[in-house]
Amino acid sequence: MAKVLMKGNEAIGEAAIRAGCLNYFAYPITPQSEVAEYLAKRMPEVNGVFLQGESEVAVGYMIFGAAACGERVMTTSSSPGVSLMSEAISYIAGARCPAVFVNIVRGGPGLGGILPSQGDYFQATKGGGHGDYHLLVLAPDGVQEAVEMTMMAFPLAEKYRGPVMIMGDGLIGQMMEPVEFPENLYVPPSNKDDWATTGMDKRGSTKKNIVKSLYLDPKVLNQNNLTLKAQYEQMKREEIRFEAYNTDGDYQALIVSYGTMSRVCKTAIDNMKEQGLEIGMIRPKTLFPFPEKAIHDAAIKPSCKRVISIEMSMGQMIEDVERSLKGKREVTWFGQCGGDIYTPEEVAEHVVSLLKNN
Amino acid sequence: MQKEVMFAGFGGQGILLSAKLLAYAAMKQGAQVMWIPSYGPEMRGGTAYCTVVVSDRLIGSPIIKNPAHLVAMNRPSLEKFAPVVKPGGVVLINSSLIPVRSGRTDIQELIVPANDAAIQLGSVKCANIIAVSAFAAKSGMVDIEILRKCVQEEFSSKPKLIPINMQAFDEGLKIAAAS
Repeated sequence: MAKVLMKGNEAIGEAAIRAGCLNYFAYPITPQSEVAEYLAKRMPEVNGVFLQGESEVAVGYMIFGAAACGERVMTTSSSPGVSLMSEAISYIAGARCPAVFVNIVRGGPGLGGILPSQGDYFQATKGGGHGDYHLLVLAPDGVQEAVEMTMMAFPLAEKYRGPVMIMGDGLIGQMMEPVEFPENLYVPPSNKDDWATTGMDKRGSTKKNIVKSLYLDPKVLNQNNLTLKAQYEQMKREEIRFEAYNTDGDYQALIVSYGTMSRVCKTAIDNMKEQGLEIGMIRPKTLFPFPEKAIHDAAIKPSCKRVISIEMSMGQMIEDVERSLKGKREVTWFGQCGGDIYTPEEVAEHVVSLLKNN
Repeated sequence: MQKEVMFAGFGGQGILLSAKLLAYAAMKQGAQVMWIPSYGPEMRGGTAYCTVVVSDRLIGSPIIKNPAHLVAMNRPSLEKFAPVVKPGGVVLINSSLIPVRSGRTDIQELIVPANDAAIQLGSVKCANIIAVSAFAAKSGMVDIEILRKCVQEEFSSKPKLIPINMQAFDEGLKIAAAS
């Protein structure tokens, strides 16, 4: 298929349809309302359901309902909206239902602002809702990857029977880039007859499927927690995705960065290379599971004097980078919030000044 | 080689559309492109601007501090962005609405009375098409004939508007050639 020029938000909507998602429930919020606008038009064309809920709290439970019925279902929102959905996300994780949540992150805390941010890293990777759960978190760096990750998110959610989150930011949602919708990323929905409430007549079974997250017997609850833990351990073995940039040769510093910020860092790295300064980068594409080993191995290279976590937040991912390095290298943070994003020149200036003071 | 152009003006002047047409044309030429709008708590009549990046390799940063070129459709846009254009770039000034100049000698000014020319053609709404064709001709950022096709396609659902926009397109080329 030929490339088309699309806004990130619209491309995410189209990718969901190409992935076989026929259920989209949402509540509008800047900077991702174009997903809802796009799917309001597109879902009826494919006999899908577009429904604007009365609030994000309601939307969260609509997602739970559809997911419990074994349907492919997605919502998109932005930071404050995801906070409101977090209760339902915890329930969905506890009840082990596959669903896709997209967070086009804006500045916070509180209402914050409407410009791009990565301030929801903790919320996405460390919970957000209550209880012992994780989301599988995918972090695209542009419109094409947002499409691919949206298409991958549905089969991944089904593989692990849990919620998957795509964490973008306002810029990825708003900008236009040429995109393709790779047909080979379509995976038919898995058979959910053994757990989903798909209807006993439809599946020709006498077994009643019950979807719930309430387990009053401590042993049974513990067993559910162990099942979830086993899933997260399997994710760590099978789903870690990252990109290594300019790490083949020697480099004086290692940048860890993701999403929009990593695009800025790539240009900074290219510019510094032209000046004769080699800087490497590891870009996590999955924020959970986190590419701990890749970052560790890249950071302990003898030529590497500094490790810098560059984020559009006040230092959240840096905690995972520190954890990955097991104390073998010091990590420093560089970033800014509010919606102004450092330019490649400012990133390069910072890296150069760090190396000078080394 | 990477080139960036910033389109800036009032909301309603067709800023985002002109930029999108340029991005389409560059994409059809096989270039890597990126269209980055400014978005914020905007209001009708407020400022609108966006940046198009065209490159022969993968585009990195979407954050562009110093664009190669500028298309300024109103005075505040010229005053705000002309100082950050890279030396040697094209600065298009919509002289129908902007009585001043950039004050720079290291860039190429392209003076286009876009609104007046559009009114003469019958609709002020096509001022943005005059601007984008004049800019493309002067800067050489995209192939003119491919851009012309993109303009045609953009209005394919409203065929009544194609002739006036084609006239506007030619008017832009004429102004650029005479400058």
